[in-house]
Amino acid sequence: MDSYTKPAQIKKKYFTPGVVILILFALNGLFWLAGRFFFGIGAVTNLNNQYPWGIWIGIDVAAGVALAAGGFTTAALGHVIHREYYHDIVRPALLTAMLGYTFVAIGVFIDIGRWYYIWHPLIMWNGSSALFEVGICVMIYVTVLYIEFLPVVCERFIGHMNLKGAFAFLNKPVEKILILLNRGLSKTMFIFIIAGVVLSTLHQSSLGTLMIIAGPKINPLWQTPILPLLFLLSAIAVGFPMVIFESLIAARSFGLKPEMKVLSKLGTMVAPILGVYLAFKLGDMFIRETFVYLTSFNLQSVMFVIELLFGVIIPLRMFLSKAVLNSPLWLFVASSLVIFGVFINRLNDFVIAYNPPYKLVSYFPSIGEISITVGFICLLILIYRFIVMNFPVISQPDRSYSLSTKFSIRGSEK
Amino acid sequence: MGKQNRRDFLKTTAIAGTAISGLSIKSAKAAPKDILSEDRMGVLVDTTVCIGCRNCEWACKTAHDLPTQSLDKYSDRSVFKEMRRPDESALTVVNEYPNPQNSEIPTDVKVQCMHCDHPACVSACIVGAFSKHENGSVVWDTNKCIGCRYCMVACPFQVPAFQFDKALNPQIKKCDFCFERTKVGKLPACVEICPVEALTYGNRNDLVKIARERIRRNPEKYVNHIFGEYEVGGTSWLYLANQDFSKLQFPKLGDKPAPGVSESIQHGIFAYFVPPVSLYALLGGLMWITKRKNESEE
Repeated sequence: MDSYTKPAQIKKKYFTPGVVILILFALNGLFWLAGRFFFGIGAVTNLNNQYPWGIWIGIDVAAGVALAAGGFTTAALGHVIHREYYHDIVRPALLTAMLGYTFVAIGVFIDIGRWYYIWHPLIMWNGSSALFEVGICVMIYVTVLYIEFLPVVCERFIGHMNLKGAFAFLNKPVEKILILLNRGLSKTMFIFIIAGVVLSTLHQSSLGTLMIIAGPKINPLWQTPILPLLFLLSAIAVGFPMVIFESLIAARSFGLKPEMKVLSKLGTMVAPILGVYLAFKLGDMFIRETFVYLTSFNLQSVMFVIELLFGVIIPLRMFLSKAVLNSPLWLFVASSLVIFGVFINRLNDFVIAYNPPYKLVSYFPSIGEISITVGFICLLILIYRFIVMNFPVISQPDRSYSLSTKFSIRGSEK
Repeated sequence: MGKQNRRDFLKTTAIAGTAISGLSIKSAKAAPKDILSEDRMGVLVDTTVCIGCRNCEWACKTAHDLPTQSLDKYSDRSVFKEMRRPDESALTVVNEYPNPQNSEIPTDVKVQCMHCDHPACVSACIVGAFSKHENGSVVWDTNKCIGCRYCMVACPFQVPAFQFDKALNPQIKKCDFCFERTKVGKLPACVEICPVEALTYGNRNDLVKIARERIRRNPEKYVNHIFGEYEVGGTSWLYLANQDFSKLQFPKLGDKPAPGVSESIQHGIFAYFVPPVSLYALLGGLMWITKRKNESEE
């Protein structure tokens, strides 16, 4: 690791042609979203009494939660077992998790029919419901993520409070509050970090429990009592690839040098976790003898093979190769495949595998559903870009260190 | 992170732990009603008796304030061409199937909520909006429901329907076993109107005996299977038929209660909050050890 790196705002122009395209997609999503709130879920989606859950649950919520797992895996790596080496990637991962979970919460909010009752689970408890556990854990975890991000906000504004005009008198008191907050947080942060890891473990696995109660409605290729374990393992497996993926994209988009040393070392940890996941997935398949369902050629069996082959087996082999780990391009491809695999797995488990006993109408997501899902993803990227440009999140070479020889002794720290 | 000492660390960890375990006691109290009374009621549907007059459909809509055509329109048998399912506008429907014993008289099957003894919807509902009452009925509570539709995912009979077309206050619609009527001593609307007594309302235990007796007396007429006696742990509504139930499009289900596996996993993960609290303690310990190791190395 280059010891002269430090998280800092990225000084770049916000608007680029790519950003404008993202904004258009986001606006299109918001347009359909208005339709959902004015005319109801049925007006915008293809959901019906046979298929009560569609891509908003399968992608926005289930895949969203899984792909935001980088937050808790890097927090565990960087803070719980104190691998200081990885500190540069903790903040970007935290930001992704924070935004990812925020959009998961928004996804739930728009999907539930009575969005104004979203607070009900807080006071109306049902301990036997897996969904209740997911809901409560996600609610608390979102709060924890925002608390974990507060030090970044403090760092940004302490000493830089610069309100103008009528609000100028607020500069001093706000700064005092921030300093107090920062001090309090640095003493108690470990509570939140551990809580974040525990909460993630709980709801990542419970997300897998969700479809178990649907019993024979779920294709046997996916329906297994160890679904919670498979969900947890795959969430852990996708955490680091997601961090690598984002880090490489951000480096490219902002014209920074990719932190290959950190990323390839992070990459070495992917194969073992992915291997354990694959072992459980295949072991489960052979114990329950579900491979017989692969002999029939249909949507489910094809999707299962795609998920396992391109999402687990090929990237597993790639992450074992030194050449892949050291090449930004191949590392990017391998990470993308793992992300693709987990994405498809969640979509499969919640949508493709769902096979209601009475099918009057089949389900394929409507333009409105796809527009809103795509719009949210674009909005997330836009907000991410805005935050890394205005808050110290991404580590960059720090000039002040390299100029002053006084600090060069810090190089021995690693 | 950084400056707290070991004592602070243990203290705060302990407080967090107590706070979490304190919550579990409260959650046990807030659980929804899920009573499995010995005196629960049920309905025995004899599909060999049903004539497909669909008067029950009309009575059900009338009893539940759903828009309906006049009763005489229900004699139209062309609706039987396609299989129909209960939905937000009709809590019960009748479907027609060929009768292998007599092709002149088709078999008609009334479909509605089965009112399971171990309902998946009650177990699944995030806010406990469903409850299983003492009289056997499984009833939905509009004041709790958030409209997540997990009940629809969970139901093994694919019964709950949702008002997808309503922007405000969409409801889950399903047969409530005429909860408001039976409370004041009336029969369920469908049972009351049935002109041929295809539906028998009574104590579920008695109904099982009656059903067994009918099969014993007419073994050539009935298949030896009371659908609902053991399916998904038993249901309040029971069916008799003269052909295999799969031919009448009943789902093939095991004898285990639908929420069984899911609940045992849930209760395993949250057994008195021991697993999450121990994980918290374990991570806390790990954090403290690695931190000390790092410091001593410096």
